[in-house]
Amino acid sequence: MIEYRIDRRSGVATYLQIVHQTKQALRLGLLQPGDKLPTAREVVEATAINPNTVLKAYRELDREGLVEPRPGLGTFVRRSLARAEAGADGPLRAELVAWVDRARLAGLEHEDVAALVASVLEQRFVTGVAATKRETEGKS
Amino acid sequence: MNDPTGGATALEALGLGKRYRRGWALRDCSFRIPAGAVCGMVGPNGAGKSTLLALAADLLKPTEGAITVFGRPLDAPGQRARVAFVAQDKPLYPRFTVAETLRLGRELNPGWNQSAAQRVVDQGDLPADARIGTLSGGQRTRVALALALGKRPGLLILDEPMSDMDPLARHQLMGTLMSEAAANGTTLLMSSHILAELDGTIDHLLLVDSGRIRLAGEVDEILAAHRLVVGADPGDGGPGPTVGHTVVESRRTGRQLTVLLRPEGMIDSGWEVTEPTLEELLLGYLRSPQAPTLFTDSARAGHDAAVAA
Repeated sequence: MIEYRIDRRSGVATYLQIVHQTKQALRLGLLQPGDKLPTAREVVEATAINPNTVLKAYRELDREGLVEPRPGLGTFVRRSLARAEAGADGPLRAELVAWVDRARLAGLEHEDVAALVASVLEQRFVTGVAATKRETEGKS
Repeated sequence: MNDPTGGATALEALGLGKRYRRGWALRDCSFRIPAGAVCGMVGPNGAGKSTLLALAADLLKPTEGAITVFGRPLDAPGQRARVAFVAQDKPLYPRFTVAETLRLGRELNPGWNQSAAQRVVDQGDLPADARIGTLSGGQRTRVALALALGKRPGLLILDEPMSDMDPLARHQLMGTLMSEAAANGTTLLMSSHILAELDGTIDHLLLVDSGRIRLAGEVDEILAAHRLVVGADPGDGGPGPTVGHTVVESRRTGRQLTVLLRPEGMIDSGWEVTEPTLEELLLGYLRSPQAPTLFTDSARAGHDAAVAA
């Protein structure tokens, strides 16, 4: 099960925050195939947002094939976004941890590291980034 | 989705008006709230919000026009059981304890749901033997809400429900209300001064101002019909961004021009164009009493008949 954090001042539509946080949980393995998402009632009770917003987010996740509604039972995870390589004990993560430690030793602050990583990602994932952009534009 | 019950109407007003000795508090109000909506009613002090809510709760009789709830007049049999009203001053018996107040609700309401009422009271850690008169304003609001929700109404009307509550209690109670709407499809109609309290919570909007309805309908649809346009002021001679559009509000700050408008087609390039937030939209309308009204299709009285015809 997962708990959503809604930031009303973020400027990101509330249903998209739910979509993003669900995907993040799928990537990190907090949610796995067969897991049940909280019901709309549980989410709105905890967050005080409109129930339709939760249903809209779940429809979007359903449309992307990530979850499926089972009438009368709830909404269940269909597939994971987790990749073994990105797991907590994966070699890529260990390398990244080592690199971040070196960056800190070199005197870089949190924001400096984030900016550096973002700019390298931008550079190395040019085509990927463009594809994601189109995707989000198509949705809005 | 905006009409989750497939077109049923929770509340409809036709030519509704109410005159007090000092004049008209409400005039010529026609609108519709679909069943299952979470509708926020906003407007300045003295706009007629409380009058409109009291008319809907059948506590006042209209001077002209009529209101129906779930398609039937308010004095039809069984209507009282379908509507719950939490008034601004939360009238309760101060000498009663919390438990006695809930018992009163149980004895007076045939469809009473004790667990729904008890849940709201328990959430606030209210001792069952505490007298209402000794409770804080926020705690009294909680008991009043427990009474209203124990009734399991189809339509729950709340007049400034959260005004005297701390942020935590407000969040909890809004969560309780939303969960009620999600689980039972309860239609909620609530007035509030606190615009931030409504954002993200309501899906329908009624803007009441000077005794009239100025905006009515789905929040998403109303927001999508507006744009906030910001740019350099072209001065008196130059063509502004507003040509050909319906202007709600136009403000100048130094060389900057900020316009809230309803676009009719493309907006000229060279302007920064965004969809307004709910707060920006409402403030824009409240500052501009002359701005034209807007009703979405589902908010127009007689919507059902129009669909059937």
